[in-house]
Amino acid sequence: MTLIRAAFLPLTDSAVLVAAREKGFAEEAGISLDLVHTESWATLRDRLLYGQVHAAHMLAPLAVAVTLGLSQQPAALAAPFKLNVNGNAAVMSPEFAAALEPDVAARLDDPLGTAHDFAAAIGLYRRKPIIGVVHRFSSHALMLRYWLASAGIHPDRDVVLRVLPPSLMVEAMRLGEIDGFIAGDPWPAAAIEEGLAEAVAIGARIWQRGVEKVLAFRAPWLEENAEVADRLLVALSRAAAWCDEAANRAELAELLSRPSYVDQPAALIERSLNGLFVPQAGALPVKVEDFLIFHREAAAFPWRSQALWIYSQLVRWGQAQPSPEAQAAAGAVFRSDIYRRALAGSGVTMPGASLKLEGAVSAPTGVGAHRGALTLGPDRFFDERVFDPDTIDDYLAGFDP
Amino acid sequence: MRIVIIDDKGLRASVLEEGLREAGYDDIHVVPPVGAFVARIERMAPDVVLMDLGSPSRDTLEEMLMVSRALAKPIAMFVDQSDDSMIAAAIDAGISAYVVDGLRKERVKPILDLAVRRFTAFARMQAELVEARTALADRKLIDKAKAILMSTRSLSEPDAYALLRTTAMNQGKRMAEVAEALITASELLGGRP
Repeated sequence: MTLIRAAFLPLTDSAVLVAAREKGFAEEAGISLDLVHTESWATLRDRLLYGQVHAAHMLAPLAVAVTLGLSQQPAALAAPFKLNVNGNAAVMSPEFAAALEPDVAARLDDPLGTAHDFAAAIGLYRRKPIIGVVHRFSSHALMLRYWLASAGIHPDRDVVLRVLPPSLMVEAMRLGEIDGFIAGDPWPAAAIEEGLAEAVAIGARIWQRGVEKVLAFRAPWLEENAEVADRLLVALSRAAAWCDEAANRAELAELLSRPSYVDQPAALIERSLNGLFVPQAGALPVKVEDFLIFHREAAAFPWRSQALWIYSQLVRWGQAQPSPEAQAAAGAVFRSDIYRRALAGSGVTMPGASLKLEGAVSAPTGVGAHRGALTLGPDRFFDERVFDPDTIDDYLAGFDP
Repeated sequence: MRIVIIDDKGLRASVLEEGLREAGYDDIHVVPPVGAFVARIERMAPDVVLMDLGSPSRDTLEEMLMVSRALAKPIAMFVDQSDDSMIAAAIDAGISAYVVDGLRKERVKPILDLAVRRFTAFARMQAELVEARTALADRKLIDKAKAILMSTRSLSEPDAYALLRTTAMNQGKRMAEVAEALITASELLGGRP
């Protein structure tokens, strides 16, 4: 048995790691997987950087940011596996949301219209709305910025973004310290359940295949421990397939609900695993296609184009200085080569390419694969822009300043 | 040198503060990470910020340190490139240290060393306390289970103890677990608790 320690935050999308440990997938691969409960992204980052853990359940943009030296100590990180796609939601207090479309389901169906309503609501509100984000370098923050900016809202000027860990968001809503937040499941659902907030946007409707958490390693460690890493990836791939099976959701929700993991009611977690989202306290759940994906359509495959999309957004918001070196370093964080090597003999379908246009698929489409047939689901951005990793400058020039 | 300790465990913060005072530092402030704590820290303009690694509020602090315009000099996480083991020791002890730009390593190292020692000692003390509490609780359970065996099976005290011990060994469990199961079973079967 090889001991692998992995740090995680209490979120539904830690599911693949939890299942790998609790359902024996890690053990089958000769790995004793120790999961280290962590309360902040900063501590998760430090545990990884200073060797307390071998791997971490990390926000994909944070892995890019640490590599680019934007988040404290610079270190080359490598992400050979995506732990999930999608899973976020933005919620606002009922008081703020009163100025938006009252039919919440319709509100969520029309992100562009809601963004414009949001812009109008800012003017009507008693103060600049304070919106909680889990980290400056989170997919949530990047998606929120992307969504708000589509309606001319400048995320650094027209609203206040306040950084809070996901587990403290609900309490901050209760105390009136924030007017809303964007976070991963189950925290938005928990705030809605208590009547403190209602949904205004769902991650999967902003970007239908939004990159979310990755499993991050220190790049040198990954090189030196290739054989162990390969076994771990095989275990995680099997665990992810298990997590995606509808028949296993009740059990998965029960596992995640335990105090050592997410410590929230199993029913709440199971609902979102089933793609059911209650947008307002007491409302009927709406079915959100692809609310959270672990395995199908090669969801775990780290497309380099997705790391580059993250880079483009960091540049867009002035958080990273653009340069050919930075761009290359950002793209290289997503290690599609290691994913391919590790899962070569496992029967998992994987794409033939490592880069693709992001946002170009509007209906399930077959693509070139190394083995078998691979269908990619729709991956549109709600504003129908397409990200071409070869022309990042043009892409960025297309946004209003 | 102004040192801010961010901690919501009052006792641990006191232990650390006391150590720092003994070492001759006298500008020390303890701030619990609640409400608008980052604004308070921003106004204090500290030279060194020590924070519990387990606090969920670290991301909030780092964001303030990154964007603050009020701080005269940037504050970043203390990393001494020449001594990686030192920062690793701090992480292991559960501390993060943020240090104002330009502060020399020789001035920071004694503070961090002291914090590591105090944090480690505090953690050990806590662990011993938990252990002592568990031992006491275990003993009470075992005594109770022994009494049940003595009265229902007319065993002597040493025999009752030996039976519990053998059962625990055979089942690969702790004696206290076997004792607890026996007490529950006895209560379910209507025995006197």
